[in-house]
Amino acid sequence: MFMYVFRRLLTAIPTMFVIVTLAFFLIRVAPGGPFNQERGLSPEIKANLEAQFGLSDPIWLQYFNYLKNLLHGNFGPSYNLPDFTVTELFANGLPISVQLGLSALVLALAVGTVLGIVAALNQNRLGDYSVIALATAGSTIPTFVIAPVIQLLFGLTWKLLPIGGWGDGAWINKIGPILTLSLPQIAIVARLMRGSMIESLRSNHIRTARALGLSDWSVVVKHALRGAVLPIVSYAGPAAAALLTGSIIVETIFAIPGIGRYFVDAALNRDYTLVMGTVVVIAMFTIAFNLIVDILYAFFDPRVRYD
Amino acid sequence: MAGETILSVKDLRVRFRTLDGVVNAVKGINLHVDAGETVAVVGESGSGKSQTMMAAMSLLASNGEATGVVDYRGKNLLTLGKSELNKVRGRKISMIFQEPMTSLDPLYTIGNQLMEPIRRHRGLSGAEARAEALRLLELVKIPDPERRLKSYPHEMSGGQRQRVMIAMALANDPDILIADEPTTALDVTIQAQILMLLAELQRKLGMAIVFITHDLGIVRRFADRVYVMRYGEVVEEGKADELFANPHHDYTKMLLAAEPTGRKAAPPDNAPILLEGRNVEVEFKIGGGFLAGPPMLLKAVDRISVTLKRGQTIGIVGESGSGKSTLGRALLRLLPSEGVIRFANQDLSKADKSEMRPLRKELQLVFQDPFGSLSPRMTVGQIITEGLLVHEPSLSSKERDKRAVEALREVGLSPETRNRYPHEFSGGQRQRIAIARAMILKPKVVVLDEPTSALDRSVQKQIVELLRTLQADHDLSYLFISHDLAVVRAMSDYIIVMKQGKIVEEGPTEEIFGHPREAYTKTLMAAAIDETKFRQSA
Repeated sequence: MFMYVFRRLLTAIPTMFVIVTLAFFLIRVAPGGPFNQERGLSPEIKANLEAQFGLSDPIWLQYFNYLKNLLHGNFGPSYNLPDFTVTELFANGLPISVQLGLSALVLALAVGTVLGIVAALNQNRLGDYSVIALATAGSTIPTFVIAPVIQLLFGLTWKLLPIGGWGDGAWINKIGPILTLSLPQIAIVARLMRGSMIESLRSNHIRTARALGLSDWSVVVKHALRGAVLPIVSYAGPAAAALLTGSIIVETIFAIPGIGRYFVDAALNRDYTLVMGTVVVIAMFTIAFNLIVDILYAFFDPRVRYD
Repeated sequence: MAGETILSVKDLRVRFRTLDGVVNAVKGINLHVDAGETVAVVGESGSGKSQTMMAAMSLLASNGEATGVVDYRGKNLLTLGKSELNKVRGRKISMIFQEPMTSLDPLYTIGNQLMEPIRRHRGLSGAEARAEALRLLELVKIPDPERRLKSYPHEMSGGQRQRVMIAMALANDPDILIADEPTTALDVTIQAQILMLLAELQRKLGMAIVFITHDLGIVRRFADRVYVMRYGEVVEEGKADELFANPHHDYTKMLLAAEPTGRKAAPPDNAPILLEGRNVEVEFKIGGGFLAGPPMLLKAVDRISVTLKRGQTIGIVGESGSGKSTLGRALLRLLPSEGVIRFANQDLSKADKSEMRPLRKELQLVFQDPFGSLSPRMTVGQIITEGLLVHEPSLSSKERDKRAVEALREVGLSPETRNRYPHEFSGGQRQRIAIARAMILKPKVVVLDEPTSALDRSVQKQIVELLRTLQADHDLSYLFISHDLAVVRAMSDYIIVMKQGKIVEEGPTEEIFGHPREAYTKTLMAAAIDETKFRQSA
């Protein structure tokens, strides 16, 4: 197992290298640059700025400089938020996004799993249909509709929650964003869980357990559930990577200073270093969570062995 | 041996609600089981024999319902509450199933799964249950039981898993053991071992056994009494020896006559050699890859030579994993192999894909699985004429259609069937379609890979007859791959026995069956053929 994790971490290095290289050149292919504003700077000022940030160097030199800085953990300065380095932006925003995303993920897994089991045990009966209806609603109503509705009801009408803002991390400010983030995930997890639980309950070894006169609890929880969570584990990996790196919609609507909005803002403003920073962060989260999923797989399923 | 009646089924009906309406699987049957006796419920697939026992154990699928009475010592199991029922299931009546590979929970150790029913029904402590589990593994003769307690199901073979299933079923010393096709999925030598184990355990422990089976050989060897089922009804019942000696119902007679018979004569000595393999070797790589070290090599076929003459049928027998299918595929150049392969004096060993293509027409293959090997989205006509599009592209669609009609007639199907889809046909009919698909190209050599193994005995016999007629009409050569010795004996004039990729023994059919020389061939034969010997040793 240790060797396996070591090997996986080793293969992450070339993967990261390819991702960084592709992203670096792709964003340069897009027309414009960080200092092409609508009104336009005078050519002298623009040239000065570009020289200062090394943007007038040949592209290969810029690439190697970027790689060199990256290896030293230096993401470079942000071109559009000149008071901050990219590292500082992440240091401030990432913990906020991770906090919200992780809470939403845990909530979604807990609630979605339970709903899915309830549905599977009541297949084609009322309990099942209610969960399916909820799941369909949850995955079809977009977050940019859910978020304002939560703000309207809980914030304006009932005055239970603040309408937005981070409030220095007060728990009451987190409820709205976490709910918004988790609802679609609850829907997906519930549907996945329902499907895999139904399949698991139909399998031959469940028939064996029933034929041996084991209790319903043992049949459902010990024998059916453990096999049925595997698809959820597979889904949770990439989902965690996406949730923990922030959501532009939720962070914008609730005015949360996370990193979700950087993805889009930076790309639109050709803020090269910030784009590269977000790419690196997302890639690292994705690689890490995929590894965690594979390790969890071996934990849940003894047939999976890495050596 | 037989005592009081402990289980009686009265007017049992089982219905399933399906998308195509209600299906009546069991239509009001009566049967009973006495203490200590062995009862066989015999029938072909779809006869309702399994569903009868599933209903008795309340194990029907969620769309099924059962009415009637299943009386176990004065309690109607069909109306018993869940917790009362669970005091009978696994305690007084237990069950083992056809699928040893999937009937154990893959995520828990053998020990864990064995101890669970013991603790539940007898309330033993962990240590006591563990000792009990160990004793049970010894009882079913699993070597090294101490270590096996910590094994997971995937670390054991099918036969061992079935032994574990038996151990679980017998853990609480039940009155009745229901065995639903307990050996069907196993190799013949393992089948014999499991059956002998069951017979021995019955003598030791004295429980009644209900055998659900399609295999008349098992019934003859084992059962005291027999129920013959068809279309959800019991058509005949009686003492086993009386029923075999003097069957009354036509269906029973048909079942008894369905064992494949007849022998095939060898082709004349001067018949030309069609397909020849010399020192054929196939190696599979297992595992390996980037940073994972070199792969493991497995020799699936190890320097085997075969000579197939025109009009000859070579039977290749062996247990699963012996390499017999791999050999068949290698000889058709469907797998990369070492050694020399010649077809009609042409060296195929170095032929590439495009050189092989015109020869494919002459070398056809029929698979075991009549359900998986036909595309569900094509009509029967499209399926069987697909090869013509490649090999005889000059044919007009009218001519192709004519050929399809001929081919279907030849395999005994109505030509109208060509506009229908595979799912509308039974297993036997599908196998006929698969044969028509091969025959339409007028091949010279056909590799038949377990073509009858998925079929009922009576259907098997028809397919065997069909293959024989086709061979006689077209002077075909067959490579007949099978683990079913009765069918192989009826089909082939020459036999190759394989084990672990090597030829153990080969020779004319009667010689191999009459005087097997090698120990392995003898075990194989003994397991499948010799019934009298079996009874004595059991």
